[in-house]
Amino acid sequence: MNNKVKALIAIVVVAIAGVVVVQQQSGGDVTLTLATVNNGQMKDMESLKSEFEADNPGIKVNFQVMEEGDLRSAVTSDVANKAGQYDIVTIGAYEVPQWGANGWLTDLTSDLADDAYDVGDILPPVKDALSVDGMQYAVPFYGESSILMYNKEILDAKGVKLSNNPTWNEVAAAAKKVNSANTAGICLRGKPGWGDLFAPLTTVVQTFGGTWYDMNWDAKVNAPEFVQAVTFYKDLLASAGQKDPVSYSFNECLTALKTGKVAMWYDASVAASMLEADDSPVKGKMGYAHAPVAKTKEAGWLWSWNLAVPANTQNKEAAVKFIKWATSKEYHNLVGTKLGWSLVPPGARTSTYSIPEYKEAAAAYAPITLEVMSAVNPKQPGVNPQPWVGIQYVAIPEFQDVGNQVAQLVADAIAGRITVKEALDKGQVIAQAAGDAQK
Amino acid sequence: MASGTKIEQQAKSATKEKFLPRKLIAPALIFSIALTQVPFLVTIYFSLMEWNLLKPQEKAFAGIDNYIYVFKTGDLLPAIIATVGLTAFSVVCSLLVGLFFAVLLDRKFRGQSIARTLIITPFLIMPAASALIWKFSMFDTNIGIINFVVQKLGFSAIGWSTQYPYISVIILLTWQYAPFMMLILLSGLQSQSREVLEAASVDRAGVLRTFAFITLPHLRQYIEIAILLGTIMLLQAFDPIAIMTKGTGGTKTLAYLLYERAFVGMNVGQAAAYGVVTVILTIIVATISLRSLFKVFISGVSK
Repeated sequence: MNNKVKALIAIVVVAIAGVVVVQQQSGGDVTLTLATVNNGQMKDMESLKSEFEADNPGIKVNFQVMEEGDLRSAVTSDVANKAGQYDIVTIGAYEVPQWGANGWLTDLTSDLADDAYDVGDILPPVKDALSVDGMQYAVPFYGESSILMYNKEILDAKGVKLSNNPTWNEVAAAAKKVNSANTAGICLRGKPGWGDLFAPLTTVVQTFGGTWYDMNWDAKVNAPEFVQAVTFYKDLLASAGQKDPVSYSFNECLTALKTGKVAMWYDASVAASMLEADDSPVKGKMGYAHAPVAKTKEAGWLWSWNLAVPANTQNKEAAVKFIKWATSKEYHNLVGTKLGWSLVPPGARTSTYSIPEYKEAAAAYAPITLEVMSAVNPKQPGVNPQPWVGIQYVAIPEFQDVGNQVAQLVADAIAGRITVKEALDKGQVIAQAAGDAQK
Repeated sequence: MASGTKIEQQAKSATKEKFLPRKLIAPALIFSIALTQVPFLVTIYFSLMEWNLLKPQEKAFAGIDNYIYVFKTGDLLPAIIATVGLTAFSVVCSLLVGLFFAVLLDRKFRGQSIARTLIITPFLIMPAASALIWKFSMFDTNIGIINFVVQKLGFSAIGWSTQYPYISVIILLTWQYAPFMMLILLSGLQSQSREVLEAASVDRAGVLRTFAFITLPHLRQYIEIAILLGTIMLLQAFDPIAIMTKGTGGTKTLAYLLYERAFVGMNVGQAAAYGVVTVILTIIVATISLRSLFKVFISGVSK
């Protein structure tokens, strides 16, 4: 054996020994990997994680922040294939009941039972949307509903008044009255996609008495109520909406409202905090109302970003500890004192809305957010009962695809290339194929 | 005996000489076969599976079900029509615009190189970035330049992506690929013999006649090459559809349809089946068009 080989063997032995020693030293420590979405509130959580790490020596939390679309596909393939890369995942209200039923998530019901955490404080509709058969599979980090937002200056100039619970007919009349060459009456999402166009449109369908599926999973997409709702949405866009609906979703409408190009907007309640931000030109000029209705009492949607623990994680205990901390009352206080009270995650806990500092900082939109979020019913948002829990989506894996394809057809109808009935007749076939898979 | 071994040795070394280069090529050959054919074989395997990423427990062998789905749903033919239509219109438009600018640039003037660089720029911008630029800076109803001009002229703003998705995509692709056409045609124009042009002007042929009877025939091969290369690139256009129209109004091309099946439908099996069908169609079209492509190059060389 020559010297070179001996030297090489020596190096390898030392290296292996080194690795073993390092591993033994870090044996007591746990590093949690958390996949999350790149929203402001999540970044706040990352900036505060050192507080958690200081209180819980031996636990480190490693954040992986992604775009919503990337997060959805990364987490879906990881959890579905049981790859076990993440100890904590951030998932939407759409995924929680499906993944819970698939057995992909840890049941948190017993872990959340202690008094200090106070699980009863979580807004009841949000909690309902995250449970399957009484078992809770995720905790909400923040939640939102949909509300009507309007520029009071523009409406006042035309003498238009809106009640706190307007009907769609009132809103349509108001939109037509304030509509002018420079300012559209109302902004509504038109970008084809299940999470774009069909988020607000599904709530309109439900309040008009329509639904995607009946209790037998038979599609109801070309039923008269569905057609009537889509026709109403199309006509409202044509007579008083923004000019190029296919290009418009949340961000485009937000910009249009801020710059005074539209007078009203029906969208996520979380937009209110952006309209009331210090750099917003319409700060203090806005009015807010419940989601417009037709046949139901409430029509707002329900969405939450939630923290869940995949079933196959090695570090379940530490992961549960972290998600309880991140969704606790103490965390809300921590955000308020360290980062500012207007940044407290909204729509998750009832008690948040009785913190005096938060009430003051979010005076313009906190009361209506709480009011709407407590009032909506994800178990039966429409006139008739439905076989899934959820408002602006159908909680089946096929819905992303179905919603997307039908949204493209509806966009063709909005542009007038086909009639609403033709679009929805085609949509019915697509939806029925997905419904048959649930039977 | 001695001569016999010599011959044997010669024969041996000859076969050795033959095998050595083959052996040397082998790694590269195996590598390129693995790189190009294995993914395709895997795609064929996937296309025979019932596999939705969201339903891992239902993963199973499906036979030709996915292919039946591809032909039964009727999405394939409209996608082919959309792909061919968008490509054809965009190639023709960008060719005409490119020719126009090539003729303008084919003369000496101050700042010629600056003008040329500016005109080439759209081709150098990333497709996704140019789609975003057009969506917000040009087509937008509130801040877009086109609608600003339209409104100044006294008309009401046009919702491009909603009302005219097909034309919007063609406009964007033309803007993007006209510089490429211009580059090829400009090199053709500059290779024109000055003597022939001089002779034409001595014979008092007008500008238009010179262009129609001398320049255009000379440009023919360049135009053919520009059309073929442009078609190959434009067939893959994806970004303007994903960013501006989302496949509405007859803009759902094969590329976008495939993306939707894989990343919205999360259905690996169906997406793979669409992929295999697309590859077969492409091979058929490519065999025909490559033949004419080679013809163009060969005749270009012989001249």
